[in-house]
Amino acid sequence: MNLLEVRRLKVYYPADPGLFSSVRSTVKAVDGVSFELEMAETLGVVGESGCGKTTLGRAIVRLVEPTDGEIWLEGELISTMRGAELRSRRRKIQMVFQDPFGSLDPRMTIGESIGEAIDIHRLASSEGAKQERIEALLADVGLTADQVGRYPHEFSGGQRQRIGIARALAVEPKLIVCDEPVSALDVSIQAQIINLMQDLQQRHGIAYLFIAHDLAVVEHISRRIMVMYLGKVVELADAGTLVRRPKHPYTQALISAVSVVDPDSKRQRKILPGDVPSPLNPPPGCPFHPRCPVAEARCRTEAPSFREVEAGHWAACHLAV
Amino acid sequence: MPLLEINDLTLEFGSGPDATRVVDGVSLTVEAGETLCLVGESGCGKSVTALSVARLVRSPPARYPRGAIRINGRDVLKMSKSELREVRGRLVSYVFQEPGASLNPVFRIGTQIKENLRLHRPEAATDEEVVRLLKQVGIPAPEIRARSYPHELSGGMQQRAMIAMALASRAKLLIADEPTTALDVTIQAQIIELLRDLKREFGTSILLITHNLGIVGDIADRVAVMYAGQIVELAPAHELLRRPQHPYTRALIRSVPSLGATPERLVAIPGAVPIPNALPSGCRFHPRCPEVREDCSRQAPALSEVGSGRLVRCPYWDANSEVRS
Repeated sequence: MNLLEVRRLKVYYPADPGLFSSVRSTVKAVDGVSFELEMAETLGVVGESGCGKTTLGRAIVRLVEPTDGEIWLEGELISTMRGAELRSRRRKIQMVFQDPFGSLDPRMTIGESIGEAIDIHRLASSEGAKQERIEALLADVGLTADQVGRYPHEFSGGQRQRIGIARALAVEPKLIVCDEPVSALDVSIQAQIINLMQDLQQRHGIAYLFIAHDLAVVEHISRRIMVMYLGKVVELADAGTLVRRPKHPYTQALISAVSVVDPDSKRQRKILPGDVPSPLNPPPGCPFHPRCPVAEARCRTEAPSFREVEAGHWAACHLAV
Repeated sequence: MPLLEINDLTLEFGSGPDATRVVDGVSLTVEAGETLCLVGESGCGKSVTALSVARLVRSPPARYPRGAIRINGRDVLKMSKSELREVRGRLVSYVFQEPGASLNPVFRIGTQIKENLRLHRPEAATDEEVVRLLKQVGIPAPEIRARSYPHELSGGMQQRAMIAMALASRAKLLIADEPTTALDVTIQAQIIELLRDLKREFGTSILLITHNLGIVGDIADRVAVMYAGQIVELAPAHELLRRPQHPYTRALIRSVPSLGATPERLVAIPGAVPIPNALPSGCRFHPRCPEVREDCSRQAPALSEVGSGRLVRCPYWDANSEVRS
């Protein structure tokens, strides 16, 4: 059984029409996304700003309400659950955010922040057991027990991200949705956090939905990668396959755009023209066609289906073979 | 004579015993037509060094107890206000990380570029020149875009408009402080390509500040790596990426995953960057250095020449190995 199954998930927002406009329109932030996630797997989600990757993550933890579609967790349909029923399932899915400072209450010590999560889900039988658990969690993420009484501002960015992870771990989740967890950190610290996340996965068997724009980081940590463009999944494959043999022209351009450290790399860069179109007004047909180097006539009118081009390798492109 | 010559630049905030030294004896040059990348993590002093070139760090509280910054041989640290006005825009132009914050929100893009032309090339302050400049930086429909306000442009287009402003004054030196960090990957590649074109077509010198070693490989002729206010390594870009000599440079290169060739585990640098008023004794990198030796905590190493055009602040530099062997 899959840990998580997402089927035809849609999140639409009413667009602010402005004071004097009578036109009502919707932003299709996530538009019919389907995928599965196995136990202890890492699925990477990449895409540029406005592609819907963050909204997707938030919809899965139910920080935003899905407009349509289904989210199944361990065989239970959770997308329609409410109240106490939802609360008991929520413990299994936690989230780690990009800005580790913005996501911790500045007036609570880190012990209180972590303890709060334990209290809400009644995971400790006594105050002593709670303190013990908090200290164990801090040790788990590479912090020390004597730091328990300190406030978030006393920590560096990397340490704060460790605290954010400890807080997510406190309720023994099955899945952690990580939204750009290392992009605000210095390069030397990024590697520490990535390594920590891999260790924790090994130790606790947690699955990650790892959302980021940095393809190299996503490739490093993920088993499979999903590429999003304007609210839709355009490609999904094993991490290595996706990076080495991308099928979708957008994925090919994304990979080509990554600056590489190797000074002897002789690759020819394909530089994609134009900007990501506004999700308010997506192009007809294939949403990528205005920027696509190989677009044909049908790409302008006919939306491509998301199909399995090779075993386990999916792409939404008429021309993918 | 190099276009820019920074010599023993030292910058402190505050004075007396409470002074915090954020730049400590930085020396570097940028030749005409050259691109020098200044690389380092947050707080290493790379941005304040770059801002000092046109005296954009408010002073006080900043103080320059030592050093000189010469542009075409003249020291900007000794210039009067009117001399500095001459340097800003005409000789040195800046492109920052947040183009949205550097453009004036209440004026049209074209108006802002024209103002720059009026200041530095009054004879060319025409609408035609504005359109030509916008076209040159790859802005589509430049006639229409000249009439747009900054918020109507995407981040990538705003950054192009900033570069058009730098071109307007025909500045000799473009200082770009993390110009692509706030942009998406595909847009980042476009801007780097544009900077390369500038260098090719106009021979503009570029001082580019970045934390991204990939960008260094894309555009730099030479690289200076900074750590805790000092330059720890300076070398031609290819040499530095291929055979980094300082343990910090080596560790930095190892800690970034590279696309299509990532090992099972990244080699992280332990600890965090030290804060400027609590620097470790001896070599400032020694508490985090994977190759640390006994005397590293006692002896502050000097930046010494280890080959033609290569400087390294580590006495044990020759005990190195290649990054990818």
